[in-house]
Amino acid sequence: MTTTRVWCDRCGEPADAGGHPACRAARELEPPRFCAHCRRRMKVQVLPVGWAAACVEHGELRG
Amino acid sequence: MPEILDQARKQVLENGVGLDEAGVLAVLNLPDEHLPAALQLAHEVRMRWCGPEVEVEGIVSLKTGGCPEDCHFCSQSGLFTSPVRSVLLDIPSLVKAAKQTAATGATEFCIVAAVRGPDARLMKQLREGVAAIRAEVDIQIAASLGMLSQEQVDELVDMGVHRYNHNLETCRSYFPNVVTTHSWEERWETLRMVRESGMEVCCGGILGLGETVEQRAEFAAQLASLDPHEVPLNFLNPRPGTPLGDRPVVEGKDALRAIAAFRLAMPRTILRYAGGRELTLGDLGTREGLLGGINAVIVGNYLTTLGRPATDDLALLDDLKMPVKALSATL
Repeated sequence: MTTTRVWCDRCGEPADAGGHPACRAARELEPPRFCAHCRRRMKVQVLPVGWAAACVEHGELRG
Repeated sequence: MPEILDQARKQVLENGVGLDEAGVLAVLNLPDEHLPAALQLAHEVRMRWCGPEVEVEGIVSLKTGGCPEDCHFCSQSGLFTSPVRSVLLDIPSLVKAAKQTAATGATEFCIVAAVRGPDARLMKQLREGVAAIRAEVDIQIAASLGMLSQEQVDELVDMGVHRYNHNLETCRSYFPNVVTTHSWEERWETLRMVRESGMEVCCGGILGLGETVEQRAEFAAQLASLDPHEVPLNFLNPRPGTPLGDRPVVEGKDALRAIAAFRLAMPRTILRYAGGRELTLGDLGTREGLLGGINAVIVGNYLTTLGRPATDDLALLDDLKMPVKALSATL
């Protein structure tokens, strides 16, 4: 699926608002919480190795 | 050499008797120029009374989010506007997580649930999960499920859970500033039952919740009076949407002072690096802490946030010539 990433996946605010440097830095030690395409809060499971984040509309991300 | 370190050398290093609250406070108040000496002494104490081995553990969240409690630091409370959603881990994924943890060389795997206390459904899920792990993975299983009844304590023993984590989080005098939905005494009661059951007691907390230095010393003394097998030491990682989301992180030198002070209060305990160390200490500080009293680490990710890759921590331990504790060993 190709949709534009319009939301910050950490704070859920518009992605183009200020560049989100603090969110980018924090994301190095956090999984995403919001779907970047639709802003829905995702179901996130952190595991000892990796994580999975699921949006009901846009599917699952893994890291 | 500050007087408190001379006292600690005789009392803690030579005789194995931990510092009291006043002594801990004196260490926490040491000026920066004496911090290396405090860390060095704490390291000697750890080596003398615990040995060079490091206990490695992985943790996983069995039930994430939606907690009815209001622990002000926690992104999993359902009472705050945290972005963390409720999610349950299925048994195959739990076993996979245990296998991943064992593959790092870890001997401990702690299963955690964000609850006030477990209900029958969660206990059933845990029983099935523990049995599935024991059938496939050679690792010791710990659990952290909040406050327990005596029946639940007995059930965990029956399952083969060997250690139970229940953090007091902070000192008794500051606890009401951090949690209002239950009391410090309720947590203590669970810890009492766990100890009497024969399970190992794992109890620590979080530094940087807004407590004073005096309250940090109070906390160390209260933990020492509990005499837990393990003390996980967290440093606040301020979580968006929580009441403590805007608090500053603990300054690195203060964190190291606390590591030394807690070791000098509890010379024989397993003192574990837990959450927040990446933010508070970074790579250099992590190394200094391991040379300042820490003798256990959580490797890999935490419950809702990410940690350093396990390989980085294992390489650091190798570099420091600190062997990973084997499954059959006892610290």
